[in-house]
Amino acid sequence: MSGRIDNLFDFILWASVILFAIVAISTIYFAIRYRRHGDIARTTPYIENLGLEITWTIIPFILLMVIFVWGIRDFLRLHIIPAQATEIKVTGQKWFWSFSYLDGPSTVGELIVPVNKPIKLLMSSQDVIHSFYVPDFRIKMDVLPNRYTVTWFEAVHTGEFQLYCTEFCGKGHSEMLGKVKVLPQDEFKKWLETSSGPQEGQTLEEYGASLFVKKACVTCHSTDGSKNVGPTFLGLMGRSEVLKSGQTIVVDENYLRESMLNPMAKVVVGYDPVMPPFQGILKSVDIDGLIAYIKSLEK
Amino acid sequence: MEQTPVTEYKIPERNFLNETKGIKSWLLTLDHKRIGILYLISVMSAFFAGGIFALLIRLELISPAKEFLTADGYNQVFTLHGAIMIFMFIIPSIPAAFGNFVMPLMIGAKDVAFPRLNLASWYIYLIGAGFALYAIFSGGIDTGWTFYTPYSTSTSTAVIPMTFGVFVMGFSSIFTGLNFVVTIHKLRAPGMTWFKMPLFVWGIYATALIQVLATPVLGITLALLIVERFAGIGIFDPAMGGDPVLFQHFFWFYSHPAVYIMILPGMAIISELIAAFSHRHIFGYKFIAFSSLGIAFTGFLVWGHHMFVAGQSDLAAVIFSFITFFVGIPSGIKIFNWITTMYKGSISLKAPMLWAIAFLLEFSIGGFTGVVLGTLSIDVHLHDTYFVVAHFHYVMVGGTVMALFGGLHYWWPKIWGRMYNETLAAIAAVLVFIGFNVTFFVQFIMGSQGMPRRYYTYLPQFEGMHGFSSIGSLIMAVGFFLIGGYLIYAIFKGKPSGPNPWKALTMEWETTSPPPTGNFDVTPQLRHGPYDYDKVVAKNVVPEYMHEH
Repeated sequence: MSGRIDNLFDFILWASVILFAIVAISTIYFAIRYRRHGDIARTTPYIENLGLEITWTIIPFILLMVIFVWGIRDFLRLHIIPAQATEIKVTGQKWFWSFSYLDGPSTVGELIVPVNKPIKLLMSSQDVIHSFYVPDFRIKMDVLPNRYTVTWFEAVHTGEFQLYCTEFCGKGHSEMLGKVKVLPQDEFKKWLETSSGPQEGQTLEEYGASLFVKKACVTCHSTDGSKNVGPTFLGLMGRSEVLKSGQTIVVDENYLRESMLNPMAKVVVGYDPVMPPFQGILKSVDIDGLIAYIKSLEK
Repeated sequence: MEQTPVTEYKIPERNFLNETKGIKSWLLTLDHKRIGILYLISVMSAFFAGGIFALLIRLELISPAKEFLTADGYNQVFTLHGAIMIFMFIIPSIPAAFGNFVMPLMIGAKDVAFPRLNLASWYIYLIGAGFALYAIFSGGIDTGWTFYTPYSTSTSTAVIPMTFGVFVMGFSSIFTGLNFVVTIHKLRAPGMTWFKMPLFVWGIYATALIQVLATPVLGITLALLIVERFAGIGIFDPAMGGDPVLFQHFFWFYSHPAVYIMILPGMAIISELIAAFSHRHIFGYKFIAFSSLGIAFTGFLVWGHHMFVAGQSDLAAVIFSFITFFVGIPSGIKIFNWITTMYKGSISLKAPMLWAIAFLLEFSIGGFTGVVLGTLSIDVHLHDTYFVVAHFHYVMVGGTVMALFGGLHYWWPKIWGRMYNETLAAIAAVLVFIGFNVTFFVQFIMGSQGMPRRYYTYLPQFEGMHGFSSIGSLIMAVGFFLIGGYLIYAIFKGKPSGPNPWKALTMEWETTSPPPTGNFDVTPQLRHGPYDYDKVVAKNVVPEYMHEH
């Protein structure tokens, strides 16, 4: 697909280069060749030339119509989704992407797909408008809060490809990045089966540390004590926090669990209530892992 | 080099600048020329402020790391750059400053049709700008100049004062447009038929029509946005049952035609410059005149090309793409006619012509890349990347701003009666040309490689190109500061220029520089068409006002 679109891009590029060369060369040549040298009275009789006017109306018109039709053909191909495509649900929210697989796991910031299989993305947003953009696949689609939008692609190479948000969505807009990881089909199958819970030989704490990055906690929470969008995780367990309601609480496992699943319930004073709920994204074992990781971050 | 006989000119004893004195005589003036100067000062102040914000953006983006702005700070700076440049600078710039100063002179009128409405429009502009300033100092704004919902309904920044300011400034634009339409219809000098009007007047006329017809829609949209935030009525915010895509339709229904409010007056100036500095009858007069109207009309029907990936229907996308290609044709017609005008002309490469040549080259690139973006399948890839940023700046800065500065240099001696330093003017034009292309050309490449716009930080692979672009912006800034310096110097110390330093044939050059308060000492009669260089110059029937005294 990207090849077809690039062909049209190259066609317009070269047509433009040729036309621009005509414009630029004649402008500069005329400016030098017909430069006024003292003789103020020199001029040229006025002529009209209908033929010339028609020529430079018709030729661009034909060229533009060729480009237009070519552009629609590829555009419609981008929008007609193969029936056998695998559907993945994409959610955009400030400021990360999450992906849910049908009867399978969910991931944050990393869309894992098999090679050579059409993938349909059913997308929606939890808050403002975002836009799902993978330049290598030449696809982009806005992600809206009040409706589903759809796009699709079929990766032909394995590897990692950059994902961007391209609709301005606030402070973390330029860090709302992600990766599309294209795996060989058998590896993808294996991944689907073993995708949640700690890997072999991984402690719960290490698993939590990996989730801290993968689930994008790192975007808003520091581990070095510095203040970010949200409170730091350093020394969080057992710390006394003053809430917006004026109440003071001591952070324990249940507070952490609640704050992941329903963050608006108890917001610490001095922070905006902007954290999205992770209900449905974090599984039980994930929460256990994150709590173990936070516990390990003692002062 | 050109040999002009050395003549000592004198500034006319009585002119609109010294007829009455004191700050009150300026703030309460009904003279279109003084109002034009008030507007010129206002829009140039906005250009300065917007330019400072542009420099802040480019300096922050020198590397992906934090230089001196936080992410929130950066978001505010790019929003203010856009909002100030669009609503306070480029929309009013040429129509309100030069349209006011030059257009009545060009058609041989004493003033515009409604001088009081004219002054009112300036005060309304100031009130709107006041609200915008208030917004900046009461929390700023971080939505981007497009105010997209639901971000704009949910952010805690000062969206209401800013949009209200833009809402108010819209009325200023409508008043100016209305005034110009009536003036052009009713106040032309005896003998000046529609097809004897200078093309600048045609361009201003087409612009005025868009101002009157499109601006109310922006007003309605922003009013709805304010009502939504203020009263909690769901119009655009899905949380209250509204539709954010509806906002985009409303917004672009104005803001796309507004792009033509920005570029048509620029094209109008270029028509004057090319003819005057080629000393040749403009080629294809009627084609240029009607292409302006064609652009003004078609411009109303292409707003959906901003929304190819916004979730509108495929059919709508196809139709909008089709009409978008039609806008390309009249712009092409203009370019070809201008270049043909230069053919076998007698070309003087004075500063205004240098700006016109810069316009031809840069606007062409803006046009070609517009075709790229109008193509459905390619826009999917390039939408909301630096490719769009570059395209927009090639049209608006490479086009309109080049034309604006061409016009500024062209009419500066008419406004003040004094000439600036030609050498410095040539150096500045070259500096801005180089700086502009260094800044923006790499942005096409970044965009085609996937660099999204409105990014505070970026992936390391783009660092080199971002740095290069930032250097260009500094070169451009040096050029603009230089221009500010020698133009202001010329007001006080420049050599008197005489009534017609360029030996141009449009009517504003028939009166003294600066003109008297009533524009002409006697009612002007149309003695020749605006571009009859072959009749006037060649046959040496040099009219009286072209004689050297």
